[in-house]
Amino acid sequence: MKLTGAQALIKSLEMEGTEVMFGLPGGAILPVYDPLIDSSIRHILVRHEQGAGHMAEGYAHATGRPGVAMVTSGPAATNIVTPLCDAYMDSIPIVVITGQVAYSVIGSDAFQECDTVGITMPVTKHNWLVTDAQDIPRIVQEAFHVATTGRPGPVLVDVPKDIANQHMEWHWPDSIDLPGYKPTTKGHAKQIKDAARLMATARRPVIYAGGGILKARAAETLRELAELTGFPVVTTLMARGAFPDDHELCLGMPGMHGNYTAVTAMQQSDLLVALGSRFDDRVTGKVDTFAPGAKVIHVDIDPAELGKVRRPDVPIVGDCRLVIEEMVKTVAADRAKRAPGEDAWPSLDAWHAQLQDWKERYPLVYQQEEGGPLKPQLCIDVLRDRSPDDTIVVAGVGQHQMWTSQRWKFNHPYTWVNSGGLGTMGFAVPAAIGAKVGKPERTVWAVDGDGCFQMTAQELVTASAERVPIKVAILNNAYLGMVRQWQELFYEERYSEVYLSPDLPDYVKWAEAMGCVGIRVDAPEEVEPAIDKANEIDDRPVVIDFRTDYREKVYPMVPAGHSNDEIILDPAHDTYGER
Amino acid sequence: MNGEPQHHILSVLVENKFGVLTRIAGLFARRGFNIVSLAVSPTEDERYSRMTIVVDAESTSLEQVTKQLNKLVPVIKIVELAPAEAVERELMLVTVKATSEARSQITELAAIFEARIEDVGYDALTILVAGRPDKLDAMSDLLQPFGIVELQRTGRIALPKLARRAARLRAVKTRPA
Repeated sequence: MKLTGAQALIKSLEMEGTEVMFGLPGGAILPVYDPLIDSSIRHILVRHEQGAGHMAEGYAHATGRPGVAMVTSGPAATNIVTPLCDAYMDSIPIVVITGQVAYSVIGSDAFQECDTVGITMPVTKHNWLVTDAQDIPRIVQEAFHVATTGRPGPVLVDVPKDIANQHMEWHWPDSIDLPGYKPTTKGHAKQIKDAARLMATARRPVIYAGGGILKARAAETLRELAELTGFPVVTTLMARGAFPDDHELCLGMPGMHGNYTAVTAMQQSDLLVALGSRFDDRVTGKVDTFAPGAKVIHVDIDPAELGKVRRPDVPIVGDCRLVIEEMVKTVAADRAKRAPGEDAWPSLDAWHAQLQDWKERYPLVYQQEEGGPLKPQLCIDVLRDRSPDDTIVVAGVGQHQMWTSQRWKFNHPYTWVNSGGLGTMGFAVPAAIGAKVGKPERTVWAVDGDGCFQMTAQELVTASAERVPIKVAILNNAYLGMVRQWQELFYEERYSEVYLSPDLPDYVKWAEAMGCVGIRVDAPEEVEPAIDKANEIDDRPVVIDFRTDYREKVYPMVPAGHSNDEIILDPAHDTYGER
Repeated sequence: MNGEPQHHILSVLVENKFGVLTRIAGLFARRGFNIVSLAVSPTEDERYSRMTIVVDAESTSLEQVTKQLNKLVPVIKIVELAPAEAVERELMLVTVKATSEARSQITELAAIFEARIEDVGYDALTILVAGRPDKLDAMSDLLQPFGIVELQRTGRIALPKLARRAARLRAVKTRPA
């Protein structure tokens, strides 16, 4: 069967199970958009290529399937670099197709030419420049394979226009031949035994669960391990939902804005069982003072993570689900064969009592003053309590992201979508659209800041046009809030270029202009009716402009570069925290 | 190990495709590692190339760079060659000032080093010398006083010593059944 390169590309995407792609056409990718008309693939036409990339990420976050985006050459390719880098940092599987100028003119500074493969090399797991249409099926197959296996990540396939027009003989390879790419998935049995031996002696253990749990679909297995051992679990920003927040062993989020119990439990632990986490600086604080008394078991599918920041006592390379399953078996056998008494695993009662005490003494606090300005935490609490249990929550980057991660009760995996590693402002709106496209039956709320919202809000036009009814809660404090917080705390309240204005733009009018319902909320008593109204609307996107208190800061906080022992609690704690 | 940076030789087998050198060089640059020398050529199997990379790193960070290199899809195999367990060779071309009085001294020196005079000018000689990197260092030191005009080294290439492989094979064979 003779096909053009473009037809072969679309057919290959179909063969890989692509149901939806996010994109925007242009000169160099024109040949590929033609056969798309006849394809079963749904195409979401974005308003900016960055949106296409974040939508693909949101889709992948929510569904576990690779997100696909397609854009043209030059500026379109450079516009999608940010989502590629975001996906690279957070290990999100996305496949990006870019158009390229004709292969025959590459290197001549042709119109809309840029070195896409060169530019995206550091932010993709791998990328390909297609030089022969005959290679397209093989390359697409390899691209999906690399994106979704091992440590997932973004890949890019750059397709020159003349290659897309070239004829080829269709064939679909039966197998993938990548001699340099063989991820290890099964953990080493001896290492798993060593891990169990360490676990059998721990008195203050903490399971440090990272985003790898979600990537490996290992939430169930993690729960088995935690319940079997009685080890408490912290879930990092990338792992929120990997372990239910309402579980008695759950300590919540650790790190720079983690809660006191999670942060301090790690600091004082004698064993950290790191599962698919990477000792990020936002979790460890100053590395030399992080969990000084802890031995470390570190499980990760990426060997380069083991020992990158903290040298583990027991490193295990492997897929989290497979390794934890083996751990559960090994631990269960070990516990069963030990006689009660001295030989048994130490009791964790004292540790659990200590953790409970911290939870009670240092809860997350805020205070909504009577007649005072609306507190952002109140908006999040009401949103959490008035929305369905399996709501997917998407955040941008900054204060609103931290408050949402802290306060939401994540009881299901894949209900939290955010930009963790790269910290990409403007992530929320497009990522929420991608999540909603992937999970249309679920309520999807984007919690966004006013700064973030202004970066990518135009994608709400996409949402309206494509009938993707997401909901957006803007916590509008008229500031780049997190930057303001740092300037207040660390730059002697010298506020430099952080004021944004609450009224410019007019968010309600802007939302309406983009085909959404716009609602404005000024006072605490308006919060619940507005959210209820938004939750009832299902035929178009909704934007709520919550006018929140600009003075509110995110606590607890470990200042950057400091030890986690120097955690700063909310000043309101002295008055309202102790109960 | 005192943690001081030192030279390590990495022999990296890669797919022989365009752009692979950029991927590897880029990785070194963005992870903050300094390449001391680099030699690339196809191997006996034309699908693969071998890169011999000399890198300046302490051993803990060398482990990180090796792991990161291994993640690159076109990288097939990485072996760190300890100097004692490798045959290392390098090539140097050096143009040195050679007045008529100095010329015979330089040719004598070249003879000691088994170097070859590749080009002769009115007041300069170009010499080719091959050998272990320290031999090349010595040669250039000794030529320095005459006045080095230009100097170019290839960067080292290396393969594991055969004795090591043979010993390992024998050990397997002599193990009692």
